[in-house]
This record gives sequence, structure tokens and C-alpha cells, in this order.
Amino acid sequence: MMKIIIILQLAFFIAAAPLLNGLITKIKNNLRLRKGQSIFQPYYNLAKLFAKGEVVSETASWIFKVAPWVVFSATLSAALLIPVFIFASPAHRLGDFLALIFIFALARFFLALAALDTGSSFGGMGSSREMFISGLAEPALCLVIFSLSLQFGSTDISAFSGMHRVSVSSVVAALALFLVTLAETSRIPVDNQETHLELTMAHEAMVLEYSGPSLALLEWSAHIKQMIFFFLIAQIVFPISLPFLGSLVQTSVWVICYLARIMVIAVIVALVEVSVAKMRLFRVADFLGFAFVLGVIASVCAILGV
Amino acid sequence: MIDPLALFFLAVIFIVSLPSAIYSLGYLKNEYSSAKITLAWVLLVAFVLSMALVVSVSNVLVFLVFWEIMSLLSYFLVVFDTKHEKSIQAGMIYIVMTHIGTAFLIAAFLLMYKYAHSFDFLAIKSACLSMPAQTRNIVFLLLLVGFGTKAGIVPLHVWLPYAHPQAPSHISSIMSGVMIKTAIYGIIRFVIFILGAGSSWWGILIIILALISCLVGIIYALMERDIKKLLAYSSVENMGIILLGVGLALFFQSVNMPYLAVFSLIAGLYHLVNHAIFKGLLFLCAGSVYKASGTRDIEKLGGLIKQMPLTAGFFLFGAMAISGLPPLNGFVSEWLTLQAFFLGAFNTIGGVKLFLGICAGLLALTGGLAAACFVKAFGLTFLALPRSHYAKEAREVALSMKLGMFCLALLVLIFGLAAAIIMKLLARVAGAACGIDIGNMAFFLNNFTLSPQVGRGIYLSVPLLAIWLIVLGVLGFAIYKLFWKGKSVIYKTWDCGYYNMDSRNEYTATAFSKPFRIAFSFFLLPYRKTQKIRDSFYHVKSFAYETHTTLIFKKYIYDPAIALVLTTAKAMRRIQPGSIHLYLGYIFITLLLLIIFIHQF
Repeated sequence: MMKIIIILQLAFFIAAAPLLNGLITKIKNNLRLRKGQSIFQPYYNLAKLFAKGEVVSETASWIFKVAPWVVFSATLSAALLIPVFIFASPAHRLGDFLALIFIFALARFFLALAALDTGSSFGGMGSSREMFISGLAEPALCLVIFSLSLQFGSTDISAFSGMHRVSVSSVVAALALFLVTLAETSRIPVDNQETHLELTMAHEAMVLEYSGPSLALLEWSAHIKQMIFFFLIAQIVFPISLPFLGSLVQTSVWVICYLARIMVIAVIVALVEVSVAKMRLFRVADFLGFAFVLGVIASVCAILGV
Repeated sequence: MIDPLALFFLAVIFIVSLPSAIYSLGYLKNEYSSAKITLAWVLLVAFVLSMALVVSVSNVLVFLVFWEIMSLLSYFLVVFDTKHEKSIQAGMIYIVMTHIGTAFLIAAFLLMYKYAHSFDFLAIKSACLSMPAQTRNIVFLLLLVGFGTKAGIVPLHVWLPYAHPQAPSHISSIMSGVMIKTAIYGIIRFVIFILGAGSSWWGILIIILALISCLVGIIYALMERDIKKLLAYSSVENMGIILLGVGLALFFQSVNMPYLAVFSLIAGLYHLVNHAIFKGLLFLCAGSVYKASGTRDIEKLGGLIKQMPLTAGFFLFGAMAISGLPPLNGFVSEWLTLQAFFLGAFNTIGGVKLFLGICAGLLALTGGLAAACFVKAFGLTFLALPRSHYAKEAREVALSMKLGMFCLALLVLIFGLAAAIIMKLLARVAGAACGIDIGNMAFFLNNFTLSPQVGRGIYLSVPLLAIWLIVLGVLGFAIYKLFWKGKSVIYKTWDCGYYNMDSRNEYTATAFSKPFRIAFSFFLLPYRKTQKIRDSFYHVKSFAYETHTTLIFKKYIYDPAIALVLTTAKAMRRIQPGSIHLYLGYIFITLLLLIIFIHQF
């Protein structure tokens, strides 16, 4: 049973993650009163990239070559830790919530190295900025985990999925996690996925030298990572504890509710992206500092029991 | 005294010293004259033996003697490269600082002797039970300063970034990997084992100092462009992480939570052995880079992964481990340390919870910065194009050096994968040090869970994680291979159409750390100097740009202190004009004063 769920979950993340990105793009475009591309565009992009050739820089070493696979495998491992179809994460013996930070760090480490590998100054720029942003995001993420685990007495992810009520602490923690998510998924106001302007880009600068299937894997990983964060936020602010396997009606209601939560977050992200301007890089420190403070507030609330 | 604690430290000493010794075979060759090589071997063996004796004696007096021998031998090793002006200066700073530390230790030991009337560890341990709280506090503070100097706790860290890089690399590896750990041994032996649980502020003080060390160490490491100095600063950071475990243990002991105390000490000891291994490895790799290229400046290196693939691979291993990436050893111990904070918070109340939570957050910040630091260290040294002829001419190092690095790299992997077994062993050491029976604590193979007294089971299985990482990596590779039928072309890096890109277009170490320099400018106080040289009003011929950060501890603490000592010495010189009559007079007056003193009191 567990094996099936693991495979199901991996397949779900691999298959559905691009759709989520397409959805956000579509909502953004509609908010800007544009027709916008199809929500399946990310799939077309991936297919297109897989049909193309690949250019590898002559300066690059094996690090550049393996980085997409490392990023892909680390991101999917992280996806295994998240409870999606059942209340326990399918591989909860693997690690806990804290291990998630370290697994994401593995992916980021290799991507940042690969960015330096080609010798392009764009790559160096992206690498430096990404490590800066994520380095500052880590304490905020840690405090979010802290405040949540204070509520449940454990850092085991299954503990979070077993929760039934929303406390003040959860809401504040979710807000902090939301800010971290914006930073980690390179969204406005921290970064911008849509531009290749050297003054502003961080994540895009790192993957600038990638092309073809390697780029496809990296983009796919970015989609999966985004979905992981969305699921976490959803589970914190909209905890759902309906049984998965019930009557047909029950199950379909559950599935609809389950996916509706993700939709809500997608809409919020899209709203933020169209209504906020991108920050200067050095103001990101304040932004993530604010997330850290929110994490502290969430912890205080958790200690007070509200 | 050969108890589990001493055995553990002996193991750490030899685990790092043996590969370093193998490495030195190739490292010393062609670098020094044969007489000097012999001297290096004698000093190395004596140095390792002195460290081994420091951790295995059971008498305070003997401990001090070996402690001093260890310090002096390491001094000679620091100044081993006598041709470098810097070595002498580094040695001077080191010997002064280490003796200040020893002075505090002697004071602490004499105070202990006053109550125990014996120099034996066990006698002192039993005497410490009847020591008044005030004295215990003083002894604790003296020990903390004494051992803290050796451990490189901020602000007593100043000698470390000078002394460690200046020694030959295999010695740097032993100094940073092992020697500074004897200070942790001292703290565990004399504070936790002998003094026992004190007031709860002891632990909190250590935690705060350790956190400051973590942050200051890693921020300075990020700014550094000398690769060995970068590693030395990173040692300051890692000593902080180790001390977090020790401080937590002390704190939990004082609030009577023995299980958590053992758990925290396990985390600290685990990080200690891990740091010994990966920092030893990194210093050996840095030594290889230095030997092959002749420079330690990251800005002048680059592209070495092509000429030195094995050294690059080993360095990558070390860099990944020190950044706490799964499935290597640094990941396990950093996870354990974070977990110790979390478990502590679950079992305490009120403000302490918040304190522990914020500390955990700052530790996570340190982890993030360390990852950035080692992306910089590895990326700019080994990747992209060589930035100077030093890097271009570098060639892979000798077999013995590769072998030394390989041993440590293998240990990095083993200590990650075999975490469950190692944790069991460390539990015994930590239990013995805290004087707690660990029989009731459950440690399962392949995952760690704590006893029911401290919350729910938490799992972490490094081998399983490694397997999943590999399986999913293969999945990524399979997707790549199965769905892609295109061709791979090797071509120039995109250079915006210049077609003339060279290593000058690359990002530099200074550029890489710029966002951090600006974000932490309140602490680093960076200043820059720009100078335009024009040959006419309209044309700038060349442009000079210089940036530095201010070492605030040096500028605001040590420089004034040194200045004060010098002015005092100058003032004192007036009573020493060189006249023998005057000196006889001094002796006479002293004698008179002493006679009066004896009669009066």
C-alpha cells in the first residue's frame, strides 16, 4: 500500500506541477486583462525543450552536466516528505520537516555551482544572489517549522497533517511561509520568472546557460518545488481531515476541497505578482527579515497557546 | 583517565592525524630541505602525541604540562615556514593568545585545588560538590575563557585565522581538525564532568557565545579570499555549532533534563568528529591547491577541476559536508543540533521556548551562509576559467596526498551513512560524560528516535535518503535519456556577442560576497576606495577599485588593548634607567617593605 502511495505521489508531483505554474500564469494574465496562454503551456514548453538540441559551454565541467539530475532528484525527494494522499507522509521514516530544509539546500548548492561553472558573469550573479536570498530565507523557514512543531510537539510532517484546527499561530506561520515561498520560488517581489534582465534576475540568471532537456529538468524541478511549498501552506491554513477512501461522493468532495485550497493559494500568488513591484535586491534582506519576525510572532502565539 | 570520553577524543585525534601524516609525505617533498622534512616529522609526531596525552591524563598538573607542550609544539609548526614574514607574526599572535588562555586555566585549577587538596580529576570532582556556588561560578568563567581562547570563541578567536592558515597544510588540518577540539574536551571534562551542573545561566552563556561565534565566523569566512583563511574562519563557526551542543547539554543538566542533556551532547560530539573530518579534508585539499598553484588567493584561481579532478572531487565532498547537505556527515550533526533546540523547546516553558526557537533560527541562518560560503570557495577555485597563470599551470598532486584526502573523504561518507551506529556509540560517551545511565534511551538502527519522555518519535534515515536521492536521480537521468533524441553541442559560453570572453568576465570572490557585504554592513563596516586616472578630462585611462571590511574586534578591542600595554610598558621603562645603584635601592626598599609587612600582619 505504502509503495503504491509513494509511486502515486511521485507521479502526481511530476505530472501536475507544471499545470500549477500554467494556472498561475493564466490567472496573472487574466488579471491584467489579457487572454493569456493556455494553462497547459508549461507542458508544451517542456515538450519543446525535449525536442531541441542542447548546447553545453566548453568552459563547463561535469558539475554543469549532473546539476539538473541532482536538482531533480533532491526536489522529488522533498516531495516524498509531504503528506498528500494520506495523513502521514508516505516516506516519513526518511526524515522530518527539518530535513526538508537540508534537501532543498542540496538542490540549490548544485544549481549555484553549475551557474558558476560556465564562467559567464550572469551565472555568477545569479549564483551569488540565489545564495544570498535563500541564506536569509532559511532562518524564517526554520522559525515557521519551529512554531508549527511547538503546536504539535514534533517536527514529524505527519503531525501537521493530523491537525484539525487553525490557530492564530498557524495563520501567522502560514503568512511567514508564504513570504518564504515567494523568495524560494523566485516570484515578485523577490525575483521575477518572466524577465531576463541582468539587473534583476536571480534564478533565471543561474539557468541562463542551460538549454534543451537539462533546462527542461530544471524548470520541472522548479515547478515541483513550488507545488511542495503550496501544499505545505495549504495544509497549515486549510487543514483537511476528511478520509480519502470513502464513498464515491465523499471522495470526490474531498478531492475537490483538496485541490481548491491549492487554487486559492495560486490566486493569491498571482494577485501579489500583478499588484506588487519587484524590490531591489538589498531590500530582500528586509523582506525576509520581516518573514523571520513573523516566524517569531507565530512562535510566541504557539507558546501562548493561541 | 581512559574513560569513554577520552577514548572518543583519542579516536578523533588519530582519525584525522593519520591521513594528514600520509598526506604530508607528498606535501613536504620538494617544498622543504631534507633536514626540515625530518624536523617536520619529529614535530608532527610529538604534536599528535601531546594531544593524545592531553586527553588521556587524569591529573590537572600533568594535564597543564601536556597542554603547554601541545601549544608550544603547535607554535613551532605555525612558524615552520620561516621564509614567510607572516608566519612569525602569526606565531606571535598565537603564542600570546594561547598563554593568556593558559593563565586563566591555571587560575581555575588553583581555585579547584584549594578545595580538593589534590590534583586528581576524581578527587576534584568530589570536592566540587561541596564548593560554594560563588566559587563554582568563578571557576566556570575562568575555564570558559581559558578553553574558549583555544577553541576560538568570538571575541577570543583573533589568533585562529592567522595561525591556522600559516602552518603547513597537513598541520593546518590537524590544528583546525583536532587541536582546537581539545578545548572542547577541556570544557566537557572540567565543566560538565567535574564541576557538574551549575546555574542555568552557564549553559545559556555558552549558547549565546557559541551563536555569536557561528555568525561572526561565517560572515568573515564569506568575505575572505584567502582559501585557508576562509577555512580557518569557518572553523570558528563550526566550533560555535559544537559549543551549541555542549551549552545545551549544560543547560538541560542544570534544569534537570538528563535525557535532553545527553541528546544535545551527542549532537555536539557528532559535530565535533564531523568537523574534524571535513575540515581536515578541506585543509588538505586547500594545501593541494596551494602546492599545485602556488597561491591561496581564490581570485587568482579557477578552473582547477579540469587539471585536478580528484582534488576537486574531494573538496566538493568536504564543501557539501560542511554545508550540511544530505547524505553526508555534516547534515546529520546539524540536523541533530537543530533537533536538540526543538526538543528542548518542547519540554521547557515560556520564554525559554522562544529563546531556543530564535537560537535555532539563527543556527539555520548560519547554515544558509555556510552554504553560500562554500559555493564561493568551491565554485571560484575549481570551476570556470583559470584567472591567472598560477591556476593555468596547476597539475594534480602526488599519490600520497590523494590518498590522505581520499581517506578523509571516505570518512565523510561513512559518518553520514552510518549515523545510527555512530549515534549509539556517541550516546555512551555522552552518557558517561554527563554521568547518566543511557540504558533507557532507545536508539534504533537506521533511524533515531528518542525515548518517550521527550515527545514523539522523530525519524531520520540517512541511508534511506541516500537511496532515494540516487533512485530519483536515476529517474531524472532516465527521463533525460528516454525522451530526448537531440544532439549535444559544445560551444562557447554566451557572451552577449563579444566573442572575446575570457576569465576577466567571470564573477570574482569579492563580487560573489557583495550582497552579503551590503546586508551585513552594520557589522563589517566596509569601505571602498575608487580612483580614476585620466589622461584628459574626457577619457578615463584606468580605474582602481579597492574594498575592505573592518575587523571590528581587532580595531575596537585588541588594538586599544595592545596600545594600552605598550604605553604602560613605556611608562614603566622610566624606573629602569640602567643604574645599578638605583636597582640596589629598589631591592633594599622591597626588603624593608617585606619586613614591615611580615611584622604588621
